[in-house]
Amino acid sequence: MIERDVMEYDLVVVGAGPAGLATAIRYKQLNPEDSVCILEKASEIGAQILSGAVMEPKLLDTLLPEWRDNKPAICVEARKDRFAYLTKNKSIRLPTPPQQKNHGNFIVSLGSLCHWMGTKAEELEIDVFPGFSAADALFNEQNEVIGVRCGDMGVAKDGTEGPGYAPGVDIHAKFTVLSEGCRGSISKQLIKKYALDAGKSPQTYGLGFKELWQLPAGRTTAGNIQHTIGWPLDSATYGGSYMYQLDQDRLSIGFVTGLDYADPDFSPFEAFQQFKHHPQIKALLDGGEILSSGARTIIEGGLQSLPKQDMPGALLVGDSAGTINVVKIKGIHMAMGSGVLAAEHLSETKTTEGYDAKWRASNLNTELHKIRNIRPGFTKGLWRGLITAAIETVTFGKLPRTLENHSDHDSLNKLDGYQSPDYKWVDRDLPPRDRLASVYFASNEHDEDQPIHLKVTDTDLCVTKCTEEYGNPCTRFCPAGVYEIVEEEGNKRLQINSANCVHCKACDIKDPYQQINWVTPEGGSGPNYQNL
Amino acid sequence: MKIIACIKRVIDYNVRVQINREGNGVVTDGVKMSMNPFDEIAIEEGLRLKEKGIADELIVVSIGGSDSQQQLRTALAMGADRAILIENTDDLVPLGAAKLLLKVIEKEQPGLVILGKQAIDDDRNQTGQMLAALWNRPQATFASEIVVEGDTATVTREVDAGMETIEIDLPAVITTDLRLNEPRFVKMPDIMKAKKKPLDVIAADSLGADSAPAVGTSDYSPPPTRESGVIVESVDDLVNALKARGLV
Ligand SMILES: Cc1cc2nc3c(=O)[nH]c(=O)nc-3n(C[C@H](O)[C@H](O)[C@H](O)COP(=O)(O)OP(=O)(O)OC[C@H]3O[C@@H](n4cnc5c(N)ncnc54)[C@H](O)[C@@H]3O)c2cc1C
Ligand code: SF4
Repeated sequence: MIERDVMEYDLVVVGAGPAGLATAIRYKQLNPEDSVCILEKASEIGAQILSGAVMEPKLLDTLLPEWRDNKPAICVEARKDRFAYLTKNKSIRLPTPPQQKNHGNFIVSLGSLCHWMGTKAEELEIDVFPGFSAADALFNEQNEVIGVRCGDMGVAKDGTEGPGYAPGVDIHAKFTVLSEGCRGSISKQLIKKYALDAGKSPQTYGLGFKELWQLPAGRTTAGNIQHTIGWPLDSATYGGSYMYQLDQDRLSIGFVTGLDYADPDFSPFEAFQQFKHHPQIKALLDGGEILSSGARTIIEGGLQSLPKQDMPGALLVGDSAGTINVVKIKGIHMAMGSGVLAAEHLSETKTTEGYDAKWRASNLNTELHKIRNIRPGFTKGLWRGLITAAIETVTFGKLPRTLENHSDHDSLNKLDGYQSPDYKWVDRDLPPRDRLASVYFASNEHDEDQPIHLKVTDTDLCVTKCTEEYGNPCTRFCPAGVYEIVEEEGNKRLQINSANCVHCKACDIKDPYQQINWVTPEGGSGPNYQNL
Repeated sequence: MKIIACIKRVIDYNVRVQINREGNGVVTDGVKMSMNPFDEIAIEEGLRLKEKGIADELIVVSIGGSDSQQQLRTALAMGADRAILIENTDDLVPLGAAKLLLKVIEKEQPGLVILGKQAIDDDRNQTGQMLAALWNRPQATFASEIVVEGDTATVTREVDAGMETIEIDLPAVITTDLRLNEPRFVKMPDIMKAKKKPLDVIAADSLGADSAPAVGTSDYSPPPTRESGVIVESVDDLVNALKARGLV
């Protein structure tokens, strides 16, 4: 038996994103005497956060009003909104949908905002532990969650104890709050164990890319915002771009594709790079340089797919559950909102029970109810989706109907007789050349001598059934080129370049056989995003 | 015996360093900072000497802004006993740093001072050597093995020709190379303990050392970008291409 240290807390929070930080900070504001800790798998708070991000400030204003006097590294007021439909060479302006209007909002780097919130948490004497991942939940005999086990450090690649081996600590707490963001690895286990998704629509996701650019002087106006739909995606695929102009000639540019795409040959990375070569966008980027880049999935199921958010001893908050308002692509205020609500619920009732009911009676629920039909409307293609969006918007979502979601892993067409659409993609010359060049801008760091953290159950299936049926889509959907099929002496096998993984979780979601399980690597491993 | 390990807060080694728009420094806003990796090795070696019973106290010292307390706390969590921050935000070159460190050394009277062989931000590789000279004590740089017995240390050094083993009298200054050891992971309960360990802050200008730099940096520029290559089909093409460029 490995001997583990045990640490006792009143509240343990897993994941220092906006949801987790808001939970811990609000809880400590209300209960200064209670002990609170936050675990974060990134080497620094904010280093594995990737978001657009246009933020609605009202929640941060109530939680930490001093933030306006002490703004994070990237923070500009939103100005003009532009919404456009792209064809291969043209950009056609569309009326900005009301959900996309951003007056009063701020363009931030969520990573640097979380970093700042982390320092505020420390000032409140919350124990903030960057570089420590929560690997598993802990249960008592009554099957209640009683805390989490941190990942071991210094385990060698073959699973044996390396020279610096340090077993992970067990954290026991009265309340455990999971705020791991989209597709959390412990949240996933708990949703299954407690059947929190019983009776809900299947969950659905998108994969978002982001690059931060330094442009030649004078091309941008700080605060200008553009969203596009259309090219390079065909009308059957859900997705679009965002472009936020920052100060100091910097630009946040990114692209989101629905992971319910059907073409097994499709590469979301390539779609983003193609978008950058649209004449309007390329003119903006030419001569600039990339400062950092990365990718992260977005949870898009909305209210239909939102699991029950409480279980004995633990809560799900933010995108661990899926509270994002996907139509606005705004999850930050919703994540903070659920964190604050969770903290208030725990302080008042001293139990996790009843939190889900409280959430559903709150205005957070109302916000998601209004827009519940818009994302599922797009499963029938772009044009049907836009019509649904228009109807749902003018009726404020009051029509007595709820469209269902469907899961992403079974949306791929089989190769058999399937003809991939001709995307008419262009030759590219803007950086990054390929996915490896892109990972370079994520400042990724995984000690090579550690077990592979992408657990594939049956690797034989990869080179037989999957090659035949889908042509190994993991080699295309992974934004970091982690999966490769290599041939040695006539034998094919799956090679997992796990050190490149940027923790986006797309493989865990999209693999058609659902046999990839993303688990936490050694604490502190993974991307070190700057200002994403 | 007391050991002093000196550490510096630097831009993390995973960060792609960028020159600022004014060209007079590098971007540090929103950039991850860490302990200089060679200094982590210095602390680890100090801890191992303590665990062997050779030293009874390990003190970590850093010079820098108040942010450097973060790295000192990490050192305390690794196991150092106490920390001293010489608070300074003025420009500093190795000679200035050595003069400031000397003041603390004179007060603490350690038997051994261990530093990283260089800091990865400016890669100067001078502070340890200058410190030994100012202190007028022996030095062993680029150590890959240290054996302390009584009043002497036998140090294996990584030199251009291979390995060199020297014996020095203590007190002395040793600077660490990469292969000396592999620093330990910080454990969570130790982070909590570190919060309660003593960390003294001393203002640099209260030490009475003249640490003002005698040299300055006028500007910064990135290395020229490499031109992209051409793939040639045959040896003849290669010869022609070289001739066309006037290279043969
Ligand atoms: C490309 C993109 C663009 C977006 N644009 C916007 C926008 O413009 N406006 C907006 O409001 N929202 C936007 N969002 C959504 C928004 O970023 C999310 O809704 C929000 O970040 C969710 O917050 P969270 O705290 O729930 O999770 P996250 O922000 O994902 O934070 C989770 C944290 O937990 C850590 N973690 C996970 N698992 C573990 C573990 N087991 N142990 C320890 N630590 C762990 C992670 O490293 C991370 O730091 C965007 C998202 C993406 C991907
Ligand atoms: S291996 Fe999976 S989680 Fe990692 S980058 Fe690739 S798709 Fe994302």
